[in-house]
Amino acid sequence: MPDPPGLELIAQGIEEGRQGTVIETSMEHGRATLIVNPDGILHALTWLRDTPEQGYRFLSSLHAADYLPATPRFAVHYELLSRERIERVNVKALLVDPAAGDETNGADPVEKLPELDSCVALYPTADFQEREAYDFFGIVFRGHPDLRRIAMPEDYVGWPQRRDFPIGGEPVLFTHNEIEAPRWFE
Amino acid sequence: MADEILRDEGDITERGVERVTEDPSAPLVDLTAEIAERELEGPGLEPEQEVLTINVGPHHPATHGVLRLIVTLQGERVIELKPVMGYLHTGIEKSCEDKSYWKVIPFVERMDYLSYFFQMEAFCGCVERLVELEIPPRAQYLRVLHMELDRIMSHLVWLGTTALDIGAISMLWYCFRERDTILDLFEMSAGQRMHTRYFQVGGVFEDIPAGFERKVRDFLALMPSRIDQYEALLDRNEIFLHRTRAVGIVPRERLLELGVTGPLLRAAGEPWDLRKSPGYLSYGDFDFKIPVGTVGDGYDRYRVRLQEMRESLRIIEQVLDGLPEGPWIADDRKYVLPPRDELSTSMEALIHHFKLVTEGYRVPPGELYYPIESPRGELGCFVLADGSSKPARVHFRDPSFVNLQSLRDMSVGGLIADLIQNLGMLDPIIGGVDR
Repeated sequence: MPDPPGLELIAQGIEEGRQGTVIETSMEHGRATLIVNPDGILHALTWLRDTPEQGYRFLSSLHAADYLPATPRFAVHYELLSRERIERVNVKALLVDPAAGDETNGADPVEKLPELDSCVALYPTADFQEREAYDFFGIVFRGHPDLRRIAMPEDYVGWPQRRDFPIGGEPVLFTHNEIEAPRWFE
Repeated sequence: MADEILRDEGDITERGVERVTEDPSAPLVDLTAEIAERELEGPGLEPEQEVLTINVGPHHPATHGVLRLIVTLQGERVIELKPVMGYLHTGIEKSCEDKSYWKVIPFVERMDYLSYFFQMEAFCGCVERLVELEIPPRAQYLRVLHMELDRIMSHLVWLGTTALDIGAISMLWYCFRERDTILDLFEMSAGQRMHTRYFQVGGVFEDIPAGFERKVRDFLALMPSRIDQYEALLDRNEIFLHRTRAVGIVPRERLLELGVTGPLLRAAGEPWDLRKSPGYLSYGDFDFKIPVGTVGDGYDRYRVRLQEMRESLRIIEQVLDGLPEGPWIADDRKYVLPPRDELSTSMEALIHHFKLVTEGYRVPPGELYYPIESPRGELGCFVLADGSSKPARVHFRDPSFVNLQSLRDMSVGGLIADLIQNLGMLDPIIGGVDR
């Protein structure tokens, strides 16, 4: 982990390239976090990857989380790793839910989804993981080469890992209740 | 002939703009026109020129689970490959959000069903760091002991099934024989052969029973000669060498780009092992080496894993030699169940027991990502705590899931038989891929 001054230096370096990218820094349980503006995510990642003395060239994990009822509601976490110094830094892009405060109450047929730039060009490993975040949270990664659902069926409706998605809302077909769902095989 | 070709129209149109060579810097080649042209000509072409899209799996023994691969073949050459997963998706991460922290442990064990001790360690370690709970040295040693036994067990299953794929059928019986010995050890210490729920937040559930150490030492005495036997069967086996040598090579830089970790990366010559990173359990106390390969073909992957089993045996021996006395679980009544005998005499203990069992402990708000080295690479657990007794999000960065992306780089351009070999050497556990 970078120490707190090191984290501030990183934040400063990113800010120099593009104003308003880093919103906040935090050190929690020894985990350094940069909270960044979603518009500047690619700038922050490129800077961390390509600045020689940083060298965070390995993306160990990309995952999303839903912070309901907080706003901004969603966050995409990038767990970056510098393998030379065994240092990890977490970049967290906070995303506002565009459907929040929607007056139409879901009547609009086009669902509004949070969007973020894809980092597959920077870190090819993000391919499956961005698809996973899209599948479970409905976060659209702009520029992803093949953004489809990955674990859920292709025709599935809804974003199951969101906090407002109920657990166990789906009927499961067993032999004993097969009779209640006539012609289920169609 | 053309009627027999299984076509997936959606994939043919999407296929066009992707890379077809292993070199990441190579320009993107547009194959759409070429493929369409070939398919128009259809039966007029020689069989080896024809483009054929087939499904491998989901139900196929060689996919080691329910993985579906949409493979486009030209003759016997793989020219395109797309993994399709989700057949084993059970929504474990979602279910975890509805369980108190101590009830999550059995759930996460069942993701990657061969490395359950590692899943437990990833989750328990993450929660321990969130609540800032120190675990006693004996618990750390016992965790290392079980994790290294689990690593050997996982590699044995890998060796047996992969050698079976390649044609060495007898390997399966030999490997499962030793695996059974390890499962017997797990049964003795933890009460279960698989999915033991042995690790707790704060330490381990029970101390090891009397006689366990002797049994492990018996195993330690036996296992090196068994590994010698595996090597005698496979190392210079003509068929095995032909199938694995110079097959599935991906450059080290490309593997790193793809986020591949574990034996696959080490086989390509990169000595990267999280066990050597500071502050991760008590691995710093033990003397062990990181085996690395040279070229990163299937044979190197096999050699690296076998050598890892030997190193794990060395670690286990050092654990037994240096096993510290003392408690095996932390003495913090806010997070750890009080000892059974106190319940009948102490009101405090009874209250704590009641609170822990009914509601569970609360974890202060925070979030953490905790990576460990599983048999397949970096296994990371992300826990988001919102202050209640249930986690708001549990996410596993599963090494099989991420490593699976490199299958395309390994297999495109090779024979379809090599695809099966590559998949075996990749060692994906579909329970971990789909979660």
